Amino acid sequence: MKNSNINTNQEYKYGFTTDIENVRAPKGLNENSIKFISKMKKEPKWMLDWRLKAFNRLKNLKEPNWQKPKYPKINYQDLYYYSAPKSASNKPKSLDEVDPKLIETYKKLGIPLQEQKRLSGVAVDAVFDSVSVATTYKEELTKKGIIFCSISEAIREHPELVKKYLGSVIPLTDHYFATLNSAVFTDGSFVYIPPKVKCPMELSTYFRINASETGQFERTLIIADKGSYVSYLEGCTAPMRDENQLHAANVELVALDDAEIKYSTVQNWYPGDKDGIGGIYNFVTKRGACRGRNSKISWTQVETGSAITWKYPSCILQGDNSVGEFYSIAITNNHQKADTGTKMIHLGKNTKSKIISKGISAGQADNTYRGLVDIGKKALNSRNYTQCDSLLMGNKCGAHTVPYIKNKNSTSTVEHEATTSKINDEQLYYCNQRGLNQEEAVSLIVNGFCKEVLQQLPMEFAVEAQKLVGISLEGSVG
Amino acid sequence: MLEIINLKASINKRDILNGLNLKINPGEVHAIMGPNGSGKSTLANILSGKNGYKITGDLKYKGENLKDIPVEQRAQKGIFLAFQYPLEIPGVNTNNFLKTSLNTIRKAKGEKEIDTLAFLKLVKEKAKELGIDEKILSRQLNVGFSGGEKKKNEILQMKILDPNLVILDETDSGLDIDALKTIADGVNSSRSKDKSFLVITHYQRLLDYIKPDFVHVLSSGKIIKSGSRELALELEKKGYKKIN
Repeated sequence: MKNSNINTNQEYKYGFTTDIENVRAPKGLNENSIKFISKMKKEPKWMLDWRLKAFNRLKNLKEPNWQKPKYPKINYQDLYYYSAPKSASNKPKSLDEVDPKLIETYKKLGIPLQEQKRLSGVAVDAVFDSVSVATTYKEELTKKGIIFCSISEAIREHPELVKKYLGSVIPLTDHYFATLNSAVFTDGSFVYIPPKVKCPMELSTYFRINASETGQFERTLIIADKGSYVSYLEGCTAPMRDENQLHAANVELVALDDAEIKYSTVQNWYPGDKDGIGGIYNFVTKRGACRGRNSKISWTQVETGSAITWKYPSCILQGDNSVGEFYSIAITNNHQKADTGTKMIHLGKNTKSKIISKGISAGQADNTYRGLVDIGKKALNSRNYTQCDSLLMGNKCGAHTVPYIKNKNSTSTVEHEATTSKINDEQLYYCNQRGLNQEEAVSLIVNGFCKEVLQQLPMEFAVEAQKLVGISLEGSVG
Repeated sequence: MLEIINLKASINKRDILNGLNLKINPGEVHAIMGPNGSGKSTLANILSGKNGYKITGDLKYKGENLKDIPVEQRAQKGIFLAFQYPLEIPGVNTNNFLKTSLNTIRKAKGEKEIDTLAFLKLVKEKAKELGIDEKILSRQLNVGFSGGEKKKNEILQMKILDPNLVILDETDSGLDIDALKTIADGVNSSRSKDKSFLVITHYQRLLDYIKPDFVHVLSSGKIIKSGSRELALELEKKGYKKIN
């Protein structure tokens, strides 16, 4: 375990590492490391074949380069594709068997795994580097027929569901990072909600990158069967290191007739230091298919961390009357960069989508909203409403809005509103005169700016997210 | 309460205040009148601690030198400025803003924070006293408020924060007679022996409702004449030019 290059910077509160023994795959991206992963996970042959198919496809793909934030070339042969705490190589059967050091780590992160200390009404799946270490509240969920487990377990225990849906929203051949993920994904969460079941609690996954020189490639698959409902939340942190670490996750959501999935993300990966050294490359593919009639998928994201955030959580509105929503807050400070937004693909009739994006830039950061609204020929009477607001702090940062709008029939309507504003010194003065200091005033104004998105978050996390919004901008006003 | 000694202030090398002296004792109400550009708003800003001015001279509040004390700490120590143009802050609920403000000030004074229920009771009571429609309290701070609502909201904040030195910066400008009365009532009912007011205004009209103990005429950054309430009436008759 390499500890020498850990930053001592204290501003990122999750920047510690856990000194824990790891099992790693041989370095490099090749068939052997893929076979190693598959073997460690005790996967059936069909899964390995699927991975290898993706790997073969990957050889013919190039990394996309149309995004605004550029980054130095990643040497894919210099990364570890699998790293697991040694104690977890035989997955613990109960929480008592989980390495106490891991429990301690999650405690420090504010994610208690022990039954008695857990947030009320939130079931947690915790992913540490490449493996899922603990899933809580399992019994209670099982009674309702809900499956909530690691994707590795689902591959072994529920192959029929995984085979049917894995890759059905993000195909093997999609694009470089998605295909890379398909070849080397290590763990993540799996959720299946049976017909007519309303999941009684928030489901939550907590991702933690610990080991150095390791990429994290998690895979999440959520299926809401007919008439069901689920709300899912993911959170992420990583230690502070001088190196850039790659995080390329794939998340697939499938909503059948009358089903609803609410997916919330609070992303707080290490953003790098003040001078832009280190930090996570957060290159993630998230896509949901509203496959059934009257289905609904709602993405909410609060993106405050990472050196570069590059993602477009999207909705494919196949079913008639289906609804897609995207609520986003992207905060970039210091040298952080974000190129994020959504794609709303309207295919069914009477489909509706709503996009609310709030971008905040401070320091020398650069923030781009990029979004596609594509209303197909047969998507009659469809509607989209987009609102993109950017807030600038200081005069060295940038905000960009790049909307792509395609409307291929005459019965549908698309609305796009965009504003750019600067935090106003007079507003700050007004707040100061009412007793608030500079940071409190900024936090208040920014939280007001983000309110429409923050109120979409589940109650338990809204308060945390509000604090995070304030903390991320600390020191950004003179 | 407040003592200003030979205050000179400039912004971008332009002199605005040129040796201003003023003493306000506890319980007194002083009015400052003056034409446009005489430095009235600058005085209000400097007392509250706004950045950007080059200042010489002394500012003493409750015997303490205000120099180097930032805006928020002056507010916490009991200086309140009712803004001429209250700022709009989108997305921030008026009630929440007021509660945050009150609790920050209470904390700074070493008092216990007020809980939501007690706060709502207090704010309801004060709004009723002032005849302010409670509905504005659940709206975003000053967003879409009429001119009168904004000014009333300032007076409501004054009532709730309960400061010691209140500066009203042209609070009467742009108000109809009913709103003016509401504001004057708010001020008059707050008058007490440990509270002082500095009322900055163009017009003597406001002083029909808020009766000051002293009236000062500000011109070219200096107080050129001081007197009782009759001075305001004289000003109205003759205009600023003749006073010189």
